[in-house]
Order: sequence, then C-alpha cells, then structure tokens
Amino acid sequence: MRLTINGKSHEVDVDPTTPLLWVIREQVGLTGTKYGCGVAQCGACTVHMNGLPVRSCSVPVSAASGAKITTIEGLASGKTLHKVQKAWIDHDVPQCGYCQSGMIMAVAALLRTNPKPSDADIDAAITNICRCGTFVQVREAIHAAAKAA
Amino acid sequence: MTAIPKFTRRSFLVSSAALGGGLALGLRLPPFGPAVVRAADGSPEITVWVAIRPDNTTLIRAVRAEMGQGTITGLAQLIAEELDCDWNKVVIEYPTPGQSVARKRAWGDFSTGGSRGVRASNEYVRKGGAAARMMLVQAAANEWKVPASECVAANSVITHKPSGRKTTYGKVAEAAARLEQPKDVPLKDPKTWKIAGKPLKRLDTAGKVNGTMMYGIDVKLPGMLNAAVKDCPVFGGKVKSFDAAQVAGMTGVKKVVQVGDSGVAVIADSWWHAKTALEQLSIVWDEGPNTKASSADIAELLKAGLDADQAFVGNQAGGDVKAALAGAAKKVEAVYSYPYQNHACMEPMNATVRWTPERCEMWGPTQNGEGAFAQVLEASGLPADKVDVHNVMLGGGFGRRGTYPNDYVTQAVLIAKQMPGTPVKMIWSREEDMAHGRYHPVMQCKLVGGLDASGNLTALHMRLSGQSILAAVRPEVVQAQKGRDPLSFQGVFESGEHSFSYTVPNLLIDHAMRNTHVPPGFWRGVNINQNAVFIECFMDELAEAAGQDALEFRRKLMAKHPRNLGVLNAVAERIGWSKPAPAGIHRGLAHLHCFDSFVAAACEISVKDGNKVRVHRIVAATDPGYAVNPAQIERQVAGSFVYGLSALFFQECTVKDGRIEQTNFHQYNSMRIAQMPKVETILMPTGGTVWGGIGEPTICVAAPAVLNAFYRATGKRIRSVPMKNHGIELV
Ligand code: FES
Ligand code: FES
Repeated sequence: MRLTINGKSHEVDVDPTTPLLWVIREQVGLTGTKYGCGVAQCGACTVHMNGLPVRSCSVPVSAASGAKITTIEGLASGKTLHKVQKAWIDHDVPQCGYCQSGMIMAVAALLRTNPKPSDADIDAAITNICRCGTFVQVREAIHAAAKAA
Repeated sequence: MTAIPKFTRRSFLVSSAALGGGLALGLRLPPFGPAVVRAADGSPEITVWVAIRPDNTTLIRAVRAEMGQGTITGLAQLIAEELDCDWNKVVIEYPTPGQSVARKRAWGDFSTGGSRGVRASNEYVRKGGAAARMMLVQAAANEWKVPASECVAANSVITHKPSGRKTTYGKVAEAAARLEQPKDVPLKDPKTWKIAGKPLKRLDTAGKVNGTMMYGIDVKLPGMLNAAVKDCPVFGGKVKSFDAAQVAGMTGVKKVVQVGDSGVAVIADSWWHAKTALEQLSIVWDEGPNTKASSADIAELLKAGLDADQAFVGNQAGGDVKAALAGAAKKVEAVYSYPYQNHACMEPMNATVRWTPERCEMWGPTQNGEGAFAQVLEASGLPADKVDVHNVMLGGGFGRRGTYPNDYVTQAVLIAKQMPGTPVKMIWSREEDMAHGRYHPVMQCKLVGGLDASGNLTALHMRLSGQSILAAVRPEVVQAQKGRDPLSFQGVFESGEHSFSYTVPNLLIDHAMRNTHVPPGFWRGVNINQNAVFIECFMDELAEAAGQDALEFRRKLMAKHPRNLGVLNAVAERIGWSKPAPAGIHRGLAHLHCFDSFVAAACEISVKDGNKVRVHRIVAATDPGYAVNPAQIERQVAGSFVYGLSALFFQECTVKDGRIEQTNFHQYNSMRIAQMPKVETILMPTGGTVWGGIGEPTICVAAPAVLNAFYRATGKRIRSVPMKNHGIELV
C-alpha cells in the first residue's frame, strides 16, 4: 500500500485494517504522533488527512491510502515553524508535552478553516485531552497564532 | 554503543557500556591534584552538578524526573543562579542511577514525588552551583596571581575588578576541576536572584512542538521487538494456562511468554501485531480469592470503620472530644466519601529492556530512577554494576510512575529476559493501564462537630475510614508507626508539612484503616484530595449551622495559622467575598496546608437546570516559601485544577467481580478546554527556612471550593465524589 506522508511516498506492507496511527509510528517510523486511547477519545494521535484533522488511531490505513497525510513532523515548512508551533513556544504551552502533537495538529487544522476563531469556536473544535491541563496556555497561544500573519 | 538510542544526551562521563560496569572512574591527572571526572565529550566536571565545555556551554546535571511539572528547568535555574553562568548556554545532562550508585550516590535522591523535586534538593544543588563558581573564580585568580576576592563572576565571565582583566568559565574549567571543592559554600540571598525566581521559559519545549521529543513509548533500539501484555484482570489472580500455539502463526508474532505469576505477553515485530495477537489469545486465569469483590462491598467495609472502636490517631490536640460533643449546644454530623481513581497519564505505562546474562538496561519513563534501578536489579538477577536505567521524558506521571511492587518495569524485565539479547519494548494499552493502575485510595469520613451557644466550634471529631497507601507500598513505615499510616492524615495531621490549619479546643482526627485488594498509589496530591473535601466542605456545614459566614467562621479558628490565613484572605479579597456575587454566580472557598505549602482557592460558578455547572473563575493563592519560577508555578496551579476538577466531576474506578470496570476515557472522562475556568494565581512566597512544594498542593482546594459554591447555588450538599454520580455535569 502507498501512503503519502509529509510529502513523501511510503510503500507499506500491512494489513489494511491496521490503524493509520500504528503504521505511521511503526512502519513509517514517525513517532511524534502519539497513542493515548486508541478509541478516538483523546486526540493525541491527530494528523491531517487532506488538510482535515483525523484521529489516526481510528482510521484504518486503507482509508488513508491515496490521501495527503501530514503529521507533526511535517507541519513546519523546512526550518520555518508553523505559526501554531511558534505560538506554542512563545507561550510555553507544553507541560509533559505528550498530548501536544495532537493538540497542535488539531489547532493548525482549525486555523486553516477558521483563521480567527472565537473562544466558543475553540471550545467546539478543540476537544483533545490534556491530563497536565495546559488549556489556559493553549487558548492564549491559539489567539496569538490567529493574530500572527 | 549502538544500543544507546540517540535521545540520550547522556554523553555523560564515559558511557557505561564502554566501561563495562558503568563506573565513572574519572581520569587521573597526576601529580597536579585530585582526579578530574570528564563528560564523554571531554568537558571537565567542576562539581557533580556542573561540567563546563571549552566553548562556555554549561552542562547542568539533573536526576529528578521531568513529567511536565517543570522541575528540571527550576533546578537548572537554581544551579545557574549560584553558578552565575550564561543561562542561554545551559544544556541538561541526566546521570543514570547506575552511574550514581557507582559514585556512592553522588547525585542523591532520584525520586520525584511528594512535590519534592525542587524543595528537597534545592540546598545541595545550589551549593553544587555555588561551589563550582567559587572554584572557577579561584582558578582564574590563580592564573592571574591575584586574590579571588578581587574577582567577580557573571554570565560565565570572570572579571578581575582592579585590572579589568576577563576570562571565561570555559577557559579556566580545566584548572578549576583540579581544585579541592570548598567546604564552606555560602548561598545567595534569594532577594538578589537574577535567574532563579524569574518566570523563565522551560528548557524542554522545542522537541515538544515538532514531534522530536522522545518518550518511553518512542524508544527505538536496533533489532527491537514489541510486547503487549495482559495481567490478570482480578488483582491477586494468576495465570492458569494459555495456548501459545493459538496465535503463533499470526502476523509478526515471535513469542508468547508468561510474565511473572500473573501476566501474559505477546512479543511481535510491531506493537500493533503484538496487541492484535494478545486479543486473540485465550488465557485461563486463576482469579484468586477476590473475584467477588465489588464497590458496594468495599463501601460497606469502609462504612463499618466509621464507628469502629479501633482507629489510629493522627491529631488529638488536647481536650476530650466525646465529652465536648456531648455537651455541645448544637451537633452537626456528616459522612463523605471519595472513590478509587486512576492516574490516566496521557502516555500509558511502558518500558524497553534489553537483557543478556551479562547486562540489563531499561529505557523508559520513571519518577524514581533509583527505584526502577532496584526493580531492574531484582528482576534481572544481575549485580548492580551490570544494570542501568535510562530515564526519558515522561508523558505525565502524577505519582503513577513511582515505584510499586510488581509493576511495569518489573514486567518489562521479565519479558526481555525471555528474549536474551533482543531489546523488547513493552507498551500497555490504555485498557491495560485502566485495569492495572495504582489507584487513588478509597476513603469515607464521618465528621461530627459541636458548637456552643454562640456558634463557636468547640469540638470536632473527624473519623477517616479507608485504604492506606503506605500499608501497601511502604509497609515498613507503617510498622514503625505501630500500624498507623501518617500519610492518611495529609492536611489534617498533628504536625509537619501537612499539619492541620485550625485550632479546635477539643479535637480528634483518627483513621480506621480498611485495606482492600485494589492496589493503591500516590495520585497527585495523594490524601489531600479527599481530606480537603472532607474538612473544608464540613467547615462550610458548620458555619451554616452556626449561622455565620464561611470565611469569618474559619478565620476565628486560624489565629495560630497565619500563613493559611494569609492565603485564605488573599483569595477572599481577590474574589470579592465581602461583596455580593453577580446575579446567578455563586462562590465557595477552601484552603489547606500540605507539602509545606499554604494554599487556598475561591471560585465562582453558575448552575443551570440544577445540574449543569460552569466554573467561571478560580482564584488560587499559594505560599510555597520560595518561588523558583513563577510562570511554571502558574501553569502547575492551573494544571492541577484540570486534574482535580476532572476527578471531582467525572472520575471513579468502580470494582465489579474483583476488577476495575472502566476501560478507557469514554468511561473515565477528563476535562476539555471548553470546561476550563479562568484561573488567577496569587503567588505569595513568604520565605523562611522551609521550601514548599508546587506540583501537588493546589490540586486539593479546587474541589471543596466548587462543592461549597454548588451548595450555595442549589442548596444541595454533595458529599460523595464524583459529581457525575449525582447527575451533575461540568459544562
Ligand atoms: S489515541 Fe487516537 S484519539 Fe486517543
Ligand atoms: S502536556 Fe501533558 S498531557 Fe498535555
């Protein structure tokens, strides 16, 4: 099966029902995308499929074949960080950081469709779990990223 | 060397593998003085906490675990402060427990719990930084043949004041490393701090926003296999049998192994394959003696303890409670309860181990490197110089990744032992993580208070009944206390870092210990979570019975507790307690003394339809004595409320047929951003000789403040956690 991840094509030999998450982590070897629950509850595994956020633990790899997949490793353009990543650094958002790949991917997808989200928009769109509880900084950083060009 | 994954910046000393024994021997340079120990890159170690590269980079050593709480940044600030080094050129190195053991525990305690990371090591790490600065300055002075007292250091540069000559730490580090460490090492007055005490950014953020930070679950070693494991779902049960042949032919499966008495693991090329096969494997369990245990039975057991004759006394500050209660003008009585809760760290438990008959190493997340080291030692059957542990960034800890008997580290060693020479990464599924937590202990509490005719609290009996963590985890402590678990009384104890912050003329706080088969653990805040709910909600009940304002009622009992009074007054003032709340808004407050910090919270909530709670705002005050990084403290306070309010509203692990019923976040919810209140942190360190903790204390004040506000909003006293059991939602 062919997968296009972060602009690179990968041939993977896996059962088509394997969750995209585990193919990304184990076959492709990109471990920035995290496992938190495996049942689409926590968002730690969020990646973009054709620009839309998906919880990759609950997407069979067969459904991702032919799609353009972006993981946290592919969010920056070269050495230039994505504005969400920049805002995350400016606002010192991560605590343990384990949820943050998924959080950042969810936020980047939100800003693409809704460049200036209100607090209510954020509440509706960002449903990732963060056990460390970084939500205050997450919200600040989203607004800052939205202001950044 | 190939076995060292690239995330280990433990260039530290000569690699243990190369030395064959993990011994940091140091390189003797006779005849010029004592041995110089070098980092692997050749940089000389000045003190165990500091090595300096020729380019002036400062290598700061850290052995406490980083799980998001910011401890490593805080400790580095303290060392850098005393060292007067360039903060922008600080790199962290992590000595391993094996290296520490080989150097007679040169780095002291690795354990990171009890909010001790900074407060318990602050003095010796600061001295390590200060001593290094003195040695570097002395080395420069020796070179210039001037008195050291004429030289000053700042930003890794040493200046000879009279002549204006300058040199850098990097240039004199070699000479400094050969000097004797000074014995008398004065520390700076915190009032003069320039690096410590400042709201600096964390040192470990970059890798957390681009996916490069390595957590245990991400460890990759050459030739590594993966394991999925299942332990008997009934605590105390064992494996009876399993048929490995059943899954032997499945894709990627290499081996099916028993893990100790109670577990089975499938080892495969990928974790997904291992997990898929494990799910297909039928395992016959000998479920042992606990298959009938249920939450209802456990509740009955605890209930009986509420009136039991025997109980351990935690606080009996004079008086005769029974007599005083009997003679009270008014008696108030209430029973509260607190459930089992899982830590649910974002990153499930895992560990990677490579075992050979000659050497065993573990790479993985632990809150206690030395504790994990001891477990690897025991499970591997190898001597201490053939074992090591490489800690990594933890995807949350909250007490779960401390050292517990027969836990994940031991499992990983037992699995790897059955694949000699092959590294095996064991990962728990979320379901396994939910089924085999080290749970927040269950507790019930009966409180009886007596008021005199003018509404003064004259007597209080607080009877705890429930599980002891220490009895399960550190039985020697309980034995030494003649059966008492002193930790059960956190926040209400007779003395010390968790002492009670009220003066009641006739007081008895005691604990009927009722242990169950469910393994308990230290859950962020530990026993302050329930104790704060019990005492602080009951204080509101008493105030109401006395016809007094909740704040005024408390204040009268706090004259001898000025620091608690300080934080309580601070939140009351900020929330505007003396003025009426806006329409539809209801307030509550609470405070406690714990982990040597003084903490209080006041909140504003609204309640729709009688059950939809919105927490609008929490004002939190903390007096930890000293504040090493105010920005990180703010984050810990707000984060603790997410953890604590998730527990208050959503979280309970129930027991049925001897096992935990909840399997994943759909039954064990956690707060989302939409439910996050505004948090205003008042940081009011008042100094003194004792440093307080940060990561845990404030967690306990949010729940009682919200419960007290809920009562004002609805007239309903909620006396058992979680609120979802009462049909109450957080919106
Ligand atoms: S791991 Fe996919 S949503 Fe939790
Ligand atoms: S930063 Fe730790 S779970 Fe979000």
